Amino acid sequence: MSDQARPRLSCEWLHACAGCEMALLNCGDRLLGLLDRVSIVHFPLLMDHKYGDRAGAGFDLPRAEIGLVSGGVASREQLALLRTMRESCKTLVAFGTCATHGGIPALRNQWTVDQTLRTVFPEDEGECSSAFDGSSFLDRVYGIDEQVAVDLFLPGCPPRPETIVGVIEALLAGEQPQLTEKSVCEHCPTIRTGKGQRTVRRFLANAEYDPGEPIGSMRCLLEQGLLCMGPVTVGGCGGGETPLCIRARVPCRGCYGPVRRNGNQLLDMLNALASNGIDHRAIVDRRSLLRFSGAHGLLKPPEKRR
Amino acid sequence: MTQVISIQPVTRIEGHARIDIHLDDAGRVADARLHIAALRGFEQFVVGRPAEEIPRIVSRICGICPWMHHLAAAKAIDNCFAATPPPAGHLLRELCQVLAHVHDKILHFFFLAAPDFLLGAAGDYAARTIMGLARREPELAAEVVRMRQLGQTMLERFAGKAIHPVAAVVGGFAKPMSEAELRDLQAGGQALLDFACRALDYAREKVFARFEDDDLALGTIATGFLGTVDGQGNLRFYDGVLRLMRPDGATSEFAAADYARHLAERVEPWSTAKMVYARAWNEGFSLDPEAPRGVYRVNTLARLNVCDRIATPRAQAELEAFRARFGRPAQGTLLAHWARLIELVYACERVLELLADARIIDPVVRTPAEPRAGRGVGHVEAPRGTLIHDYTTDDDGCITRANLIVGTTHNIAPMNLSVRRAAAGLVAEGEIDAELLNRIEMAVRAYDP
Repeated sequence: MSDQARPRLSCEWLHACAGCEMALLNCGDRLLGLLDRVSIVHFPLLMDHKYGDRAGAGFDLPRAEIGLVSGGVASREQLALLRTMRESCKTLVAFGTCATHGGIPALRNQWTVDQTLRTVFPEDEGECSSAFDGSSFLDRVYGIDEQVAVDLFLPGCPPRPETIVGVIEALLAGEQPQLTEKSVCEHCPTIRTGKGQRTVRRFLANAEYDPGEPIGSMRCLLEQGLLCMGPVTVGGCGGGETPLCIRARVPCRGCYGPVRRNGNQLLDMLNALASNGIDHRAIVDRRSLLRFSGAHGLLKPPEKRR
Repeated sequence: MTQVISIQPVTRIEGHARIDIHLDDAGRVADARLHIAALRGFEQFVVGRPAEEIPRIVSRICGICPWMHHLAAAKAIDNCFAATPPPAGHLLRELCQVLAHVHDKILHFFFLAAPDFLLGAAGDYAARTIMGLARREPELAAEVVRMRQLGQTMLERFAGKAIHPVAAVVGGFAKPMSEAELRDLQAGGQALLDFACRALDYAREKVFARFEDDDLALGTIATGFLGTVDGQGNLRFYDGVLRLMRPDGATSEFAAADYARHLAERVEPWSTAKMVYARAWNEGFSLDPEAPRGVYRVNTLARLNVCDRIATPRAQAELEAFRARFGRPAQGTLLAHWARLIELVYACERVLELLADARIIDPVVRTPAEPRAGRGVGHVEAPRGTLIHDYTTDDDGCITRANLIVGTTHNIAPMNLSVRRAAAGLVAEGEIDAELLNRIEMAVRAYDP
């Protein structure tokens, strides 16, 4: 198929780390197959398509059937770029948890831009003075659906490689991609007895398990007294198999965002703990239950909290 | 009246950047600057978090080298809590680190940089990509894609998450290695080493042997260098002392914890990125292209310049050949690509060396830690250069202060010099075309920012 006849794919990154793009490149043979079926028209990591001569006034982006946007929105420039992506793409995918829920960078929403600038560029060291014009930043880090209409939400930090390719292939076939709506716990093979610890401790010593035995013989980490966000986090990180952090014998921290897209991982987790009789007061840093989903106004500076 | 030509975005690099070329009335380059704009705020939002959580938060600084941030933070928090990992804990961490270097170097050379050399710096931009390479040399491209995936899959099978890892923990590692995992990783490691040697042979023949004087002069500047070595002067990625080399080759060494006495950070009024310079040289900082002061580079070329030797045989042979041709220190900016592939061979050899250490399958992988007030510095060599994390904790073991110097930050100053040198050498009386602009970008791309 000639380049012109193929469906066009356009990719942009905003307030992001490139992890989602790495996941896409981790697809191996399926990546090669995909590259044969689409024409990539814009992808700053991989190709030299530029924004055109209108820097500052806007962005010149080619039209595309599918657009992937990773990262949240934190600056006026990112917002303008996002709006141009929306205008130029028929189907716009929020690619990864930063785009869907703010991700780790939205932890910044607990401070104002000025506070963050003063911390990152401490003037009292004499040799560091702020070169930033604070007005170029938005007041907080936004999920992209807070700014433009989004057609598909593909969470994950990063999303699973085969899931990414599967989503693009489904869109190419004109089908609605099927993503799991089950929680991490529903994908987790560890043993739950319903009689776990009544408190949670910090992860300062390893979980108890026999390393010679399969993961299915390990006791649930939450029942072992380790804070695990599995109950309130949407699954899919392990494909059809064991969630990835659990494979490392490490508790989940919620990187795919809430089970229901509009859920609140903090409130949901406090509820989950309460219904299991676990005392939440042992949690050192409760607001970090929103570690990956602090956009949508959920994380705020103290003075703006009710 | 001056004119500014912008390259936006700089492409086939691993982040966001813009180049502004300032031309004077006569159309000559008056200045050229690289702008890297980002306020992520990690140094702010780690404050208040329990320190043991930091390694799995700061990994998000970079999705290409998350293992480097993960490990630098884990080492720093070990120091905050005075928790000494058992030998297997360190070996498993280093194994993951060198595996992560493998995928990164394949990515940078073949996916990002090689299209300039194999497909031509001029011509249709749409063809100058890994996709274009796949059409021109499908077998090579397929092997490159599969080998990168193999390295990442080895990490995921053993350590759970490959991108944004979780397995390094304060005091060591979260799980031991089984004998079955060991055998699996050995097979994969051998396949990666075989590929790395072929990749270097290929690149030497198709790219490096064809470097002309113009290529070696592109963006070339005379600077110092910074990297990590062990007590015998061998190249190290995971631990060791920092060795700072002056442009004339004279060296001094310091522990990472003393970084602030030897390096200093500053912000130029026009730049949104911090710069770092060599405070130890007592000459201040200047980006004057004729007489820069305090400027050193990090990354692949820097590491090969500062080390006396490499402790694995194939990489050492390559280093000797490289050094015989270009001397020490080698200053050619594009030589960073050659150095990158020598480091790829080293990383693969190191994978096998670590797997051959009987201690790596010891079931004791973690020393339990107690939260306490302290300060800890952790450093590793990331693909993009020396990475330093510095944290202070309160009595509850929560973060009160953080300072992070990432690889690219060291290179901001030299990249600016290289961009200016490249632009001044290429732009004649305002004549600028797409090929010329791409050649200026090539000077930046060599740094892998």
